[in-house]
Amino acid sequence: MTNSFAEFAKAKMIFVIGSNMTEAHPVAASFVKQAVLAGAPLFVADPRRTALADMAEQHIPIRVGSDVAFLNGLMSVLITEDLYDKAYVESRCNGFEELRTKVLEYPPERAAEISGVSAETIRTVARRLASVKPVMLMYTLGITEHTCGVNNVLSCANLQMLLGNVGFECGGVNPLRGQNNVQGACDMGALPNVFPGYQRVDNAEARAKFEKAWGVTSLPDKPGIMIPQMLEGLASGKIKAFYIFGENLANTEPDIRHVEHCLESAEFIVCHDIFPTETTRFAHVIFPAAAWSENDGTFTNSERRISRVRTASPPPGEAKPNWWIFREIARRMGHMWPSKSAREIWDNEVSVLAPSMAGVKYNRIRGNGLQWPVPHEEHPGTPTLHKHRFTSGLGKLVPVEWTPPAEVPDSKYPLVLSTGRRLYHYHTRTQTGRAAGLNDLLSEETADISPLDAAELGIGHGEMIRVASRRGEVKVKANVSDRIPKGVVWMAFHFREACANWLTNPVFDPVSQTAEYKACAVRIEKT
Amino acid sequence: MSGATFTLNGRSVPFKLGQSILDAARDNGVHIPTLCYLKGLAPSGACRICLVEVKGARSLMAACSTPVAPEMDVATETPRVHEARRLNTELLLAAGRHDCLLCEANGDCGLQELAYRYKVDGSSFPKRDDFHPVEDINPFIVRDFSRCILCGRCVQACNQLVVNRAISHGYRGKGSKIVTGGDTPYHQSDCVFCGQCLEVCPTGALTEKKLRGQGRPWETKRIRTTCPYCGVGCQMWLYVKDNRIVKVTAVEGAAPNDGRLCVKGRFGYDFIYSEERLKTPLIRENGHFREASWDEALNLVASKFGEVIEKHGPDAIAGVSCARSINEDSYQMQKLFRAVFKTNNIDHCART
Repeated sequence: MTNSFAEFAKAKMIFVIGSNMTEAHPVAASFVKQAVLAGAPLFVADPRRTALADMAEQHIPIRVGSDVAFLNGLMSVLITEDLYDKAYVESRCNGFEELRTKVLEYPPERAAEISGVSAETIRTVARRLASVKPVMLMYTLGITEHTCGVNNVLSCANLQMLLGNVGFECGGVNPLRGQNNVQGACDMGALPNVFPGYQRVDNAEARAKFEKAWGVTSLPDKPGIMIPQMLEGLASGKIKAFYIFGENLANTEPDIRHVEHCLESAEFIVCHDIFPTETTRFAHVIFPAAAWSENDGTFTNSERRISRVRTASPPPGEAKPNWWIFREIARRMGHMWPSKSAREIWDNEVSVLAPSMAGVKYNRIRGNGLQWPVPHEEHPGTPTLHKHRFTSGLGKLVPVEWTPPAEVPDSKYPLVLSTGRRLYHYHTRTQTGRAAGLNDLLSEETADISPLDAAELGIGHGEMIRVASRRGEVKVKANVSDRIPKGVVWMAFHFREACANWLTNPVFDPVSQTAEYKACAVRIEKT
Repeated sequence: MSGATFTLNGRSVPFKLGQSILDAARDNGVHIPTLCYLKGLAPSGACRICLVEVKGARSLMAACSTPVAPEMDVATETPRVHEARRLNTELLLAAGRHDCLLCEANGDCGLQELAYRYKVDGSSFPKRDDFHPVEDINPFIVRDFSRCILCGRCVQACNQLVVNRAISHGYRGKGSKIVTGGDTPYHQSDCVFCGQCLEVCPTGALTEKKLRGQGRPWETKRIRTTCPYCGVGCQMWLYVKDNRIVKVTAVEGAAPNDGRLCVKGRFGYDFIYSEERLKTPLIRENGHFREASWDEALNLVASKFGEVIEKHGPDAIAGVSCARSINEDSYQMQKLFRAVFKTNNIDHCART
């Protein structure tokens, strides 16, 4: 996020797109709702009428996968009606002419045709967004989990820059991250193209720095591959050994049947986990790991805040911290790593090697932690990014074209399946399924469908139905809900048997390799 | 208007315009007891414990809902104030069934503290025994209405802080009760089990089911940590007794969550004690897993990776790190891949 959670409650106007915050990020949502109670108008763009939409000045029910067209439509109004922030765009951004040309190809009438909301709504929303400054924009996976995910993100950024809303308190572009430490895993360089602190592996200087620090030579200079390519590599035989640390890929990746085929093809799989999972079934060696409250360490949240994690109890049996396991493998391959605790790893390695975290030391993060960039030890941290100037100089406006989802409904599969998370469980329930009480509140998956589709197909609320896609099918209870628009089926991936990922489409954004979990074609029928 | 002052217990002290007597007193180091006040939310003035004497006022004033005026003369600890607080505490005690011996809030109860401070036990008034039945049917929160003092804190927290709007004041007079819509149990209502009501309840009216019989407040030690679920990164206190977490609360006033948690953060911690935890390294042999020593398993992995690198090159290895585990773990894994295996084939579920 460019900004911080504390700013949500103080925001003057809020635009939420593709985020079911009350279920996936309930505490973040509480700040948004407080802002609304304090008078901030809220706009929610989402195919579903989410709980947050109930509190909105306007819910904008765009069609699944039409985000770029809708956002381009808003921007075309801002430009044609002269409502954008000219001074900001001129002094702080580049690429305006190219953006202008592109978005003018999306007048409200065309954007309306693609997005399913009226041209009048698009005009009204654009005018309202331009009427207050700054507007705070939040998005979540409704934006990213598309084959055009990167373009969706760029469009959000384009809109906020055009409105002159980036670089201010209570403004900015704010993706809410799904996992407690997904930000941190990125920051630490668990990505194929960067070392810790986003220093590129194809930069010779960066490699030389890490070679020196790690006491090694010839670090690989070519960016590696991402998860979908790894799975394909297993199937094709290119990847022989696969190391899975704390992920349940057999449930979380699209098209479970195919994913399991890939995992089966591996010559050697190592897993670290705290429980046996659908994925550890494919392992050749499983290491028992210390869980959350059995570790000392740090997490980094969505607002780039590095906070402490502390040990409450020892791990069971012989389970060990993950950092220790990696260190032991390195040792057995001839590498002696000096750091003997999470604190030593952070203080002596991470903060020394990653300039944006240079000022973060364990003795500085006892209380509320610090938000990177923290370039030196006297620096107080950075709650708001891009103040006065963009980190990279000028804000880049990037024209983007709308593209439909890879698989759209047809006569055989006439509905769109969109997926996500529900309040009472977390991902594949490895943890929440074993916490007393949560299963009582949500004990099974449902397929959420609109009353209109239900009536057309004669499906009653709570009746078992079959949901089928080109990848597979599941039997699941129908949840007939007026929060779902006609033509959409909505499911989560918390329960194995009726997991949405038996159905989802393994197609990916060409840049980010994010799967299109939010859109594939399905058919539903009574069982 | 800076520099405004008022008189607090005979001292001239500063205050901010619009501040309540209670807030201004706290800023000046004077603690006024209260059961219903919640910092940052509109005062309800319900409990009548924060009464203070204001010179020239006809009656005692509720410090939480009376704004300070310049030159106001406030006394917080006078015989008259004490008498009123004593009486009000006595009435609150008599109106409920406050049997501390069996109460989970024993030792962490605002009413108990006041009873102790003002030396009252509620015996001056006839006791009630016609209470709404205890709600023990939902999975997480026991609602014991015989211990509810109707301070309204839970209603305020639910409606103004987390804005879930699941509960409000219901019925009238002696039948008054904090109710969900239609007075259904929590799990059949709009309640989303964030437990904020629990967090702010000053008595044992709302207690955690999981805590029952697990430990008294003075038996637990408190450890601050970060929630293991979504990317908000809420700050929480773990209450630990004999190496076991028995309760979780939000860290008051801390960033980013400002004293809030959700259902997963507050109640979803006990998976770590599941009997299904992996406890020893396992090696697959003939389609079955068998227990192995760390040495055997680690040696096997090191030699197998060495073999693959030798035969097929480093890029025949790929790995996925964990977005749930600590930073230091991800750092180590990418270091292992880059510095030891010599491949950049390291990723995690960064995009989902």
